[in-house]
Amino acid sequence: MCGIAGLYLKNERLRPRLGELFTPILVELTDRGPDSAGIAVYRDPVAENAVKLTVHHADQGFAWDGLVRHLKEGLGVEVADHPHDTHHVLVLDGKVDADAAAALVEAYDPGLQVMSAGHVIEIYKEMGLPAEVARRFDAKGMAGTHAVGHTRMATESAVTTAGSHPFSTGLDLCLVHNGSLSNHNGLREKLKRNGVPPFRTDNDTEVAAAYLAWRMKEGRTLHEALQDGLNDLDGFYTFVAGTADGFAVMRDPIACKPAVLAETDDYVAFGSEYRALVRLPGIEHAKVWEPEPAVVYSWGGRA
Amino acid sequence: MATPSTATPENIVSLDLADQSLREVNGALQEARAGYYRVRNPRGVHALACGLDGPIEVEIDGHAGYYLAGMNKEARVTVQGSAGVGVAENMMSGEVWVQGDASQSAGATAHGGLLVVEGNASARCGISLKGADIVVKGSVGHMSCFMAQAGRLVVLGDAGDSLGDSLYEARLYVRGNVKSLGADCVEKPMRDEHLKELDELLARARCEGVSASEFRRYGSARSLYNFKTDNIGFY
Repeated sequence: MCGIAGLYLKNERLRPRLGELFTPILVELTDRGPDSAGIAVYRDPVAENAVKLTVHHADQGFAWDGLVRHLKEGLGVEVADHPHDTHHVLVLDGKVDADAAAALVEAYDPGLQVMSAGHVIEIYKEMGLPAEVARRFDAKGMAGTHAVGHTRMATESAVTTAGSHPFSTGLDLCLVHNGSLSNHNGLREKLKRNGVPPFRTDNDTEVAAAYLAWRMKEGRTLHEALQDGLNDLDGFYTFVAGTADGFAVMRDPIACKPAVLAETDDYVAFGSEYRALVRLPGIEHAKVWEPEPAVVYSWGGRA
Repeated sequence: MATPSTATPENIVSLDLADQSLREVNGALQEARAGYYRVRNPRGVHALACGLDGPIEVEIDGHAGYYLAGMNKEARVTVQGSAGVGVAENMMSGEVWVQGDASQSAGATAHGGLLVVEGNASARCGISLKGADIVVKGSVGHMSCFMAQAGRLVVLGDAGDSLGDSLYEARLYVRGNVKSLGADCVEKPMRDEHLKELDELLARARCEGVSASEFRRYGSARSLYNFKTDNIGFY
């Protein structure tokens, strides 16, 4: 069992309140996933030729200034460091390849892990109760356009920070998953042959995220990549995925895992259970429905 | 079954989940043997109005979560909204009315009573049904009445894939299209006795302007559920 949550704001005026609206959805899903929690937030886009990395190191005493100097010298760019507990958002300002920058970060210290890369996305995830994770990263104070979150009850790989959701294996792309995949080992090998960025865990969801990133690199939209997944991903899944300006939901053909969508003129909200959505403004008049099995629902530009 | 009491405005008891715990509200409803209760601010909470044991009326003022009115006996529970997974699960008697949609496994394993869904019910509606009646005024999702043993399912709209898979003796009536029938489920002729029982059910569920003659009947071919010595090698 796991809990998944998503909030995509259609009304610009709600953007300053993204975290305030999203955090109670995540925390209400604690019963479904008390092991760890994570949030992907889309906010503060960086300049066209800049890159934003979210980087994790478990050691609170880690010397981040050394990494920043290393990146400045190695890449010849300006680096701004924004610390958030165990996660730091590094904005690399200058012409730089995101994959090369991520590789440089992870080679600098074995404890470093790049959680996300792109122009807009930031991913924060940790072990512990969702309320505690949200507090550590000041989730309530987050402003932005959309957020995707997860509360984990691990069934398939170890409870670690790296094994928490959301997973990101492509620029500005993230995926959360309730369920389990049965063909992820074979698919992981196939994706490695297709030159997908290195896998960091044994987790099945990471394979699904890498699969979507690969399909989108091949020119598919998020909507189309999810449709492709119906043929290639075997197992149980309710997915919520985010791109820089898009948001999508898909359930497996058996609809094994729960899902509730709510839509108003102001937002689209997703929760594993309806009770997670009840604090949203105007929810009593929202269109509330259960997404159909094997149907992709998407909102936003590139989705 | 006793008839639920008739509500009058002055004897409505109001319960509010904004002020009271779920345990307090359920406790009050479970002890009641008469009267009309209105539950405010349900907020999708799970296991609300479960285990009721008397001819009371309960109105839920909003959407409910999982297992609403589970194990119900004699009470009539009305939800002014939608209900989550497993509404009226294992109901023994009484009535449960959902004004909106019902999530998966509506009426699962219910032994008796009537479940009415004014909207749609999703997958596995009436799974393992054991004798209750379910009337869905919209459509039902896939695998509805999977392994249903007794009771009746009436669907005014369409049915999804694998209707009545591995069915025992439940009777299924569908007015719209059936996407596919499950293993051992077949269409059967509508005889007078079926038209009669369906008309009665439609009247009980207040389906005005709908005639039993518009429905098709589905049931078990009975080729799957008996032990066959011929198949001994497969067990």
